[in-house]
Amino acid sequence: MTRNTKILWALWIILALMGGIGIFERLTMGERLAAYTSYVPWGMWVAAYIYFIGLSAGAFLLSSLVYVFGVHKLERIAKLALFVAAITLVMSLLTIWFDLGHMERNYEVFTRPQFHSMMAWMVWLYSAYFALLLGELYYALRRDVKNLSPREIQEDDRKLKRLATIGIPLAIAFHGGVGALFGTVSSRPFWHSSIYPIMFLVGALLSGGALMTFIVSVIWPEKDEAWLDLLQFLGKIVLGFLLFDLLLEWAEYSIPLWYGVGPEADLVKFVLFGPFWYVHWIVHILFGVAIPVYLLTWKRDARSIGIASALVAVTFFAIRLNLVIPGLVTPELRGLEHAYVDPIGNRLSYHYIPSFFEWQVLMGVVALGLALFYFGQRYLPLMQTLNNREVSK
Amino acid sequence: MNKDRPDRTPESEERRAVLGKMASATFAGLMLSGVLAHAQDAAPQKTLIPARPFKVSSDANQDVLIRMQGELERAMQKPINERRWGMVIDMRKCIGCHSCTVGCVMENKLPPGVVYRPVIDEEKGTYPNVTRTFLPRPCMHCEDPPCTPACPVGATYKRADGIVVVDYDVCIGCRYCLTACPYQARTFDFGEHWTDNAAKGADGALALTAARAYQNPPNFEYGKHWERGEGIIPKSPVGNARKCTFCTHRLDQGMLPMCVSTCVGRATFFGDLNDPKSLVSELAGAPNASVLKPEAGTHPNVYYLN
Repeated sequence: MTRNTKILWALWIILALMGGIGIFERLTMGERLAAYTSYVPWGMWVAAYIYFIGLSAGAFLLSSLVYVFGVHKLERIAKLALFVAAITLVMSLLTIWFDLGHMERNYEVFTRPQFHSMMAWMVWLYSAYFALLLGELYYALRRDVKNLSPREIQEDDRKLKRLATIGIPLAIAFHGGVGALFGTVSSRPFWHSSIYPIMFLVGALLSGGALMTFIVSVIWPEKDEAWLDLLQFLGKIVLGFLLFDLLLEWAEYSIPLWYGVGPEADLVKFVLFGPFWYVHWIVHILFGVAIPVYLLTWKRDARSIGIASALVAVTFFAIRLNLVIPGLVTPELRGLEHAYVDPIGNRLSYHYIPSFFEWQVLMGVVALGLALFYFGQRYLPLMQTLNNREVSK
Repeated sequence: MNKDRPDRTPESEERRAVLGKMASATFAGLMLSGVLAHAQDAAPQKTLIPARPFKVSSDANQDVLIRMQGELERAMQKPINERRWGMVIDMRKCIGCHSCTVGCVMENKLPPGVVYRPVIDEEKGTYPNVTRTFLPRPCMHCEDPPCTPACPVGATYKRADGIVVVDYDVCIGCRYCLTACPYQARTFDFGEHWTDNAAKGADGALALTAARAYQNPPNFEYGKHWERGEGIIPKSPVGNARKCTFCTHRLDQGMLPMCVSTCVGRATFFGDLNDPKSLVSELAGAPNASVLKPEAGTHPNVYYLN
């Protein structure tokens, strides 16, 4: 074990311990330790949920480029992308499960279907997507585990293509649905925007693509010419989506801000110049846009691409926080925050900063995701390229 | 003095009463034709607060609480889908005493952080040109509520009589409805108790006992017994969205909502908007009646007079 590996293991153990305590507290004490309130009813866990689920949709759509459109350049990472999509989906579902007041009643979304609820649609669609993802993983991996005849492999390929083809509209629908979950809330001027479903899709492709690029840059077994070529191709995809996402963000912010009047303008001002201005300007714009654009445009070596995509993937969480929280921080009725107060839990407040407990639960989810990924890449043939198939052909 | 005068026989008393009534009826007749006959029918009212509220008859000249009480009983005779409960709040009369808030908290045994009817106290202008307005904010029980279609499990819905309710046994606690309400009339039960900090002060033990005596008995929302509790599976309504119910449990017993009963300024009116003779129908149709955020398109059943 090298020194670096030891440090990584130590970090993971700390993460898992803190997370374990957080999850234990969540299960035994409910949401009392969380800092969100009745007036800011969604906090960091909801932001983390849409972040993880975006990573999943993005990674999945990347794999579909191979299985549906036959983009051979990405063939080597298709299985890994599917696996990352599955893990991040598990992480997102866990996070949002912990956010429920009655975790034990989650099945009701299926037993009491509500066709007018955007949240119900989102749950049904991601459940279908989860099933499809597992099916795809099965057909993509079993050829490397079992000895299949060339005919069987061809058969599996057909099934894979069929599943992945269904998967594209499904992934678009479910992640567009996550955007619509916010976009349809007419009482929240910050969210009530038709651009959200589109922004969510572009954001998913950006963050999921960046995460895959980072993973490929770090853990790929053979760091050869072909690998660098692949990385540079991925880097271009990330850069493209990064700029496109920036364009959509410009549309989203500049329209309500132009005359500077109205409730939406006030909320955009809160994001850009409010007490958490640094989340937008430092975390998002500097570390999530400016530095990655520089690295991806002018550097383009493996290390720079890795750093740039890691920055994009991680800071994208800031974009998600800046979407969920500002939509909720202003009173719907002026003066409501002073009308009646809660001396015990301060739940009638518009002030929200995630509590340490919320971070702990998130740490637990991340630790679990890392563990799943570690075991997957170690015991599943995720990175054995499709050479097997080529040989058998 | 008057009471010692020997000529005050029962007959003379009666005569005086009739004369007095006629005088006031004549005055009223000048103001409004048609009131005369009505006034003569009115039984003399000894006190504004009835000893047995369920027995009194509705009458336009009675205290509004008694009138609303009668109208409530009349409405409860009808099938549920023919009633449409509504509320009218007179902002000119509201003195900002928060009695309705406190009454509601007591009636529904609301824990800390849960509130159904806060009163927004707004100061307008700058010194010396300052005014204050008070805006009690119950649930609007909208005709087109944005909160109910958002619910992924159908736990919250609009009853046939217009009351927007939450089924505590179904709600999963996702809080989507909290984000959807343009009036922020829903709060989440985080499982907190008034006793949480009670033992910290000098009178800790005493405060704890007193607070527990208050918080431990069940509340009767929706006509059921609810004993709150935490744990891996919290006992509802902990972990649920909560909101004003127009005191459905009181209506079922023929009682007005608590906030109406406790309003010291008679500023909150309640009744059946489907009954054209009801006080609320009269007031909601007045030219100075308005609703909060009409632009939200929710068509509230709570009106404000200003």
